[in-house]
Amino acid sequence: MASTTKVERPLPTLPEGWSAEKDFKPVGKTTGSTQRTIEPVGPHFLAHARRARHKRTFSEDDRIQAQEKAKNIEQDDDSDVSEPEDPMMLQAQAKDWKQQDHYQVLGLSKYRFKATEDQIKRAHRKKVLKHHPDKKAASGATEDDNFFKCIQKATEVLLDPVKRRQFDSVDEKADVEPPTKAQSQKNYLKSWGRVFKAEARFSKIPNVPMLGGDDATKAEVDEFYNFWYNFDSWRTFEYLDEDVPDDNENRDHKRHMERKNANARKKKKADDNARLRKLLDECAAGDERIKNFRKQANAAKNKKKADKEAAEAKAKEDARLKKEADEKAAKEAEEKAKTDREANKKAKEAAKTAVKKNKRILKGSVKDANYFAAAGEPSAEQVNNVLNDVDVVQGKVDPEEIAALAGKLNGLKVADEIKGVWAAEVKRLVDAGKLKDGEVKVFA
Amino acid sequence: MAANGERKTVAPDQRCAIGLTFGNSYSSIACTIDDSAVVIANEDGDRQIPSILSYVDGEEYTGVQAKAFLVRNAENTVVSFRDFLGQDFKSIDPTHCHAAAHPQDASGSVAFSIKDKAEGDANTVSVSEVATRYIRRLVQSASDYLGKKVTSAVLTIPTNFTDKQCEALIQAANNADLEVLQLIKEPVADVLAYDARPEAIVEDKNIVVADLGGSRSDVAVIASRGGMYTILATAHDYEFAGVHLDKVLMDHFAKEFMKKNKDVDPRENARSLAKLKAESEAAKKALSIGTNASFSVESLAEGIDFQSTINRLRYETVARNVLGGINRLVEGVVKSAGLDVLDIDEVILSGGTSHTPKIAANMRNIFPESTQIQAPSTNPSAINPSELQARGAALQASLIQEYDTEDVEQSTHPAVTTVAHVTNAIGVVSVGHDGAETFSPIIAPETAVPARRTIHINAPKEGGDVLIKVIEGNTHIKVTKPEPKAEKKGEKDEDDSDFSDEEEEEDKREKVWKSGETLAEAAVRDIKKGSKVEVTVNVAADLGVTITAREVGGKGGVRGNIAAP
Repeated sequence: MASTTKVERPLPTLPEGWSAEKDFKPVGKTTGSTQRTIEPVGPHFLAHARRARHKRTFSEDDRIQAQEKAKNIEQDDDSDVSEPEDPMMLQAQAKDWKQQDHYQVLGLSKYRFKATEDQIKRAHRKKVLKHHPDKKAASGATEDDNFFKCIQKATEVLLDPVKRRQFDSVDEKADVEPPTKAQSQKNYLKSWGRVFKAEARFSKIPNVPMLGGDDATKAEVDEFYNFWYNFDSWRTFEYLDEDVPDDNENRDHKRHMERKNANARKKKKADDNARLRKLLDECAAGDERIKNFRKQANAAKNKKKADKEAAEAKAKEDARLKKEADEKAAKEAEEKAKTDREANKKAKEAAKTAVKKNKRILKGSVKDANYFAAAGEPSAEQVNNVLNDVDVVQGKVDPEEIAALAGKLNGLKVADEIKGVWAAEVKRLVDAGKLKDGEVKVFA
Repeated sequence: MAANGERKTVAPDQRCAIGLTFGNSYSSIACTIDDSAVVIANEDGDRQIPSILSYVDGEEYTGVQAKAFLVRNAENTVVSFRDFLGQDFKSIDPTHCHAAAHPQDASGSVAFSIKDKAEGDANTVSVSEVATRYIRRLVQSASDYLGKKVTSAVLTIPTNFTDKQCEALIQAANNADLEVLQLIKEPVADVLAYDARPEAIVEDKNIVVADLGGSRSDVAVIASRGGMYTILATAHDYEFAGVHLDKVLMDHFAKEFMKKNKDVDPRENARSLAKLKAESEAAKKALSIGTNASFSVESLAEGIDFQSTINRLRYETVARNVLGGINRLVEGVVKSAGLDVLDIDEVILSGGTSHTPKIAANMRNIFPESTQIQAPSTNPSAINPSELQARGAALQASLIQEYDTEDVEQSTHPAVTTVAHVTNAIGVVSVGHDGAETFSPIIAPETAVPARRTIHINAPKEGGDVLIKVIEGNTHIKVTKPEPKAEKKGEKDEDDSDFSDEEEEEDKREKVWKSGETLAEAAVRDIKKGSKVEVTVNVAADLGVTITAREVGGKGGVRGNIAAP
């Protein structure tokens, strides 16, 4: 809170006779207040918000804040809960330090490569406090400082980044065994995911892609396998080197040992890469997601093919149907034309015969009227005249009118009636302008 | 902020937060390094980045590069678009866009028609999209500087931003893939930047923040009580701002040019006007630093080069109207907060225009000598006014970045932020020099409750029993008429007036405490000689008061409650 303000002006002295219960006497009450909005900004507002939301008073909040701070520190101290110490480990000889598990010695088995430098330092201190040889001597035990030396050696290795890396390289206790068939059946991705999570510690590149879950996309799965098939590992195997003798011994022997070690490292590295590859192959072989993606891809491909084929077949069928329809239509049209033609022909012939017949009737009618001769045989000239007129009239009228005329003449035997009909016909034609006066002589 | 909709959120441990001030004329980005705020320079080396977006052959430019295109490529350059966010077309003021891309009505909202692709015709780009593109560039600059992707930011807004404008700003930022942690008000960011200095002492004070920007001036009166800020009054002005100072210089030089070259007015040609404006702004900035500025433009109008100089005095004379307007604005807002200039303990000048020395000098004259004027020309330790807001925002970002979005939302909820503020001061009666009883405040007026304050007050020299009389008090301005001149509010012209908080009756105007209602009486007994008494007043949220008094270093003491009204 705000620091205390200093006021130089003195307080008044207590007037004589002033008294109150517990020396305090409330008189009035605060008057007037305005509701305003404080700006939610700044550290002091954060404190205000904390108090308001948790309904704390100033002193409560001060206390809780202090407690929280204190608790944090305590938790830090307790964070590396000491593991039970294996009695076998306590019996270990200091000279066998190469075989010892440094993390276990310091009680950091569950952290291993994840242990921070700070954790290692604190674990070391804890172990030293417990296993210091002087303490053991004080409690009357033998002066066995073997385990204390183990602790020192473990700390030395783990606090040196180079040595620690060498040890981490061969720290197989941090590995996760690939799942057995039965295990992997239960939860394939999860059990294999743990394997690769452990392997990821050797990656030179941070942010190693993980196996992921069932819902991983194809890109994610591809990225995972691509990354791991090209895995760049920092793992080295110097830690397992055989001891190289000192300089002052046989120099050839020393070089021989060095060569041997180098070869062994190389071999182990190659083996390790092969091992990882094998792990990946195994994992990929059983990865349902890959199968699913392949299936989906195939299905997509097949679907395209099927679609194409169907489209082609449909086009063919359409073409065939169209052709058939066209053919049918053409045939029908042809047939229709044929019948039409025949009907026309028949009608024409009928008309022709009708005209012929009518013409015969016309000619017959004048013959029936004896060529309008008064009596006896008509002269050749008279016959010729009449027949001429008939021809003229016939030439001027169309078949329907001939038919009509023939209808009128048919059955008439009396010469005057016949002549009347003819005369009327000639007059009609003259009226219609088809015939000129004088062209017909007899029927005029 | 009480608004819904799809918001981009980032988990606290994934955050990389900065402070971002997105202004109409200039923008700034800041981050915190080891708890102190640092303003980030963009790739051009600018810490104040002009809020301008320009397109040339499909290439996007921002900042100073874009500003240069105002001369040659004005129609594809967007300026002064921040205030258009979330506004209807009919309610915007397009004045500042006159010499650039003009805002257009896009079914009620605002858009610009700019050619932002190398090929094809001009596209209609909404103001939100313009803001998004611009913010994206700012975030990119910050990410480049920090070496990691910036995910979140605290943004500053003017105090008169509506909910709709806030929403539009958040949306534009989210579209630029930026989480908005909080929107904080510009004047509060300014105060925070000053209060976060290691040497700053948290005390109760009244602050006037004058944010004098390019296109607008905003003044706010803020009550700072124990590090909590309450805005008492604000004023906004669009007539007396940076561009108007530019305008004054433009007119000045244009007239000078016309004197030399008859009847050639560089203000009549768009390109000449743009050149004139750019150089005027440069001259104005030069005058903030030096007493002389040269003004030279090649081919200002009709191929005629122009060269001139101006001194600060001349500039201040021609800019008299604008500067006077700013004075009136500040005086007005103090009055509308119900305060007197004597009540103001600090004046913070913020924004680019605040570099002008005359403005700081005017403030010095308006306010009494006890008032600190935080401006580069009056206080050498003042923070660069252009950087204040970004710094404040960055500090706020570093404070809240580890909180969940929900937590921040709950803490900024009106139920938490709206609290009662006591109208009257609460204090104790003490004895003045002349033996008269006077009021010594413990809790200042307009303090947000709950509040707790402690004072150490001298006991009488001889010790013994003392009376602690807790009373309410208030200030009033005591005007004593000296000789002939009756002084009302004209101390602006007085250079030799001597103001002080102490009760000296020589001067014309002074602030005096007036005692009000008595709240309680208490006694502390048997105090040693020369000792002090510690009085703690704790006002609860319901305005109930708890008073604790004891001798400093002593045990026990008295404690009592005054029930809530």
